[in-house]
Amino acid sequence: MTTKELICVNCPMGCRVKVEMEGQTILSVSGYTCPRGKEYAEQECVRPMRILTSTVRILNGEHRVLPVITNADIPLDLMTEAMDVIRGITVEAPVEADQVLVHDLLHTGADVIASRSMRRAGH
Amino acid sequence: MMKHYDAVIIGGGSAGLAAAVTLKQNGLENIIVLEKDGEAGGILQQCIHNGFGLQTFNEQLSGPAYAERFIRRAEELNVPVLCNTMVTHMHADRTIEYVNPEEGYQTVTADVIILAVGCYERSRGAVEIPGDRPAGVYTAGQAQRYLNIDGYMVGRRVFILGSGDIGLIMARRMTLEGAKVYGVAELMPYSNGLPRNIKQCLEDFDIPLYLSHTVTHIYGRDRLEGIDVSAVDENLKPIPGSEVHYDVDTLLLSIGLIPENHLADEAGIRMNPRTRGPVVDENYMTSVPGIFACGNGLHVHDLVDFVTLESSRAAEGALRWLKKPQNESAVITLQAGEGVSYIVPGHVHADMAQPCELFFRVTAQFDTAEVLLKKDGEVIRRAVRRKLMPSVMERLKLNPADLPADGNGLTVEVRERNAK
Repeated sequence: MTTKELICVNCPMGCRVKVEMEGQTILSVSGYTCPRGKEYAEQECVRPMRILTSTVRILNGEHRVLPVITNADIPLDLMTEAMDVIRGITVEAPVEADQVLVHDLLHTGADVIASRSMRRAGH
Repeated sequence: MMKHYDAVIIGGGSAGLAAAVTLKQNGLENIIVLEKDGEAGGILQQCIHNGFGLQTFNEQLSGPAYAERFIRRAEELNVPVLCNTMVTHMHADRTIEYVNPEEGYQTVTADVIILAVGCYERSRGAVEIPGDRPAGVYTAGQAQRYLNIDGYMVGRRVFILGSGDIGLIMARRMTLEGAKVYGVAELMPYSNGLPRNIKQCLEDFDIPLYLSHTVTHIYGRDRLEGIDVSAVDENLKPIPGSEVHYDVDTLLLSIGLIPENHLADEAGIRMNPRTRGPVVDENYMTSVPGIFACGNGLHVHDLVDFVTLESSRAAEGALRWLKKPQNESAVITLQAGEGVSYIVPGHVHADMAQPCELFFRVTAQFDTAEVLLKKDGEVIRRAVRRKLMPSVMERLKLNPADLPADGNGLTVEVRERNAK
C-alpha cells in the first residue's frame, strides 16, 4: 500500500489530503474539508486536472486584452496545446461575463469563457 | 459650498465595494466611493487566476468575475463610484481632498470615512540588492498588470525573488505565455506563499523553489542580463562561494506587501508597527473617531473572501458608531504573544455586545499548534490547530464572556503542542 499526501488546489485553504492506494486502486481518502477536496485527490492520482486562465486579444475594448477562464477543469497535460488555441483568439467588444469564446476546448468538454464583461472603449 | 456625505469610502476594490454595499443595504443613503483607477474592482481586475469566492459564493471565480459581482451589487443599489479620483489628503476632522478630471480639486466632509485603500508592493529598494540598475526588474504585481490588463509580456527568461503568492502566480502565468522561468528564490527556510500555489504554480510546471536563497547581484547596463543567486545561512547572510549565475532578462520581486498608509499617517491615526496598518477596535474604528479601516489597507490578507467579510463588518461597525459615537467603557488590549506576529483588532471595548473574530498570523511554521487565549498569564481558552504557517492567516473567535471584567489585556499565544 502507498500513501500520497496532496495539497488540494481548489481554494486558498489548501487542505492536505491523504490518499491510500493499492496499485491503481484508491483505498481511502482523508483530510479534505469539502467534497471538492475528495474529488480532487481521487482525480489527481489518475490524471491531474486544472482550471486554465489566460487573456485573449480584444478589439475596441476598454483594455487591450480580456481575461478568460475554462468553465471546467482540463487535463494538466493539455495546457500547452490549450494555450496555443487561446493565443489564436481575437474577440470584439462588447463582451459579457461568461460569454463562451471557445466551445469544447480540445474536446475536453470545457469551454473558454470571458472572465468579465468589457464595454467598448469610450462607452 | 463643501459637499457633505454620510460616508465616504476611499478605494473601490473588494474592501471598498463590500463596505459600501453593506452601508447602503442598511439604509445609509448619502455615500460615495472614491476610486483612483479607471474602473472599480481594484487589484482583482489583474488577478485573472481562479480560486476566489469559495467562502463567499461557494464557487471558484476568477478575480475579475469576483469583482464584477460586487460592482453589479453596488450598481443595483445605486452606490456612486467616482473613478479616476485620487484622494490627496485626509484630515482628522474627516475632511477629504480629492482630484479628478471632471470636478478638478474638491474638498468634502463626511460623518464616517472608511479607508479601503489596499496595499503596495515592496520594491528593490527595500531589499538592497547590489549591482546595476537595468530595466527588467519589476515587482510581480507590476508585471501582472502589464500582462493581464495592458497585454504586454515583460520578458522571456525570468527569475523570481520571493515566494509571495503573486510571484508564484506570475511564475505559472509567464510559463504559460511561453517564457522560461528558471526558479524562485526565497530568503526564509519556508515559503511565503499558500501551499496550493506552490503545488499548482511551481510543481505543476517543474519550476524549482530555492528556500534559504536570495539574489546577491544584478548585472546589465540597459536591460537586465543576469543575476547571481546565493544560499544564505541561518542568520540570512549570503554564503560566499555559493553563487549560481542565471542569464535572465527579467527579475520579478514578490517580497511582501505593505498597507498603503500615507492618508492614515497624515490624519494622525495610530499605526501598528507589525501590520503597518492602523490599529482598530472591534468596530474597525481607528484611533481617530469616525475613521474606519478594512481590507489590505488594514492588514494584508491572503483571501479576498476575508476582505469582503471584514469590510462588511467594518461597515456594520461604522453604523453602530453612528448610532452611539461615545463609548466610555474600558479598552481591552489584545497582545500578540509568543508565536504570534500580530492580531487585528488591536483592542476591544469591555461592553462589546457580540462575538468578535480575531485575525492573526503566526511567526513560524507549526505542525500541531496550541492557540492560547491568556489573561494575566492564565490560559482562559485553548484551541488545537494543524499546520500553521506565516503565509496563512488564522482566525479565533473572541466572545464577550472572554473579556476580563478588570479591563486588563488579553494575549494570544501559539506554541507547538508537544514542545515542553
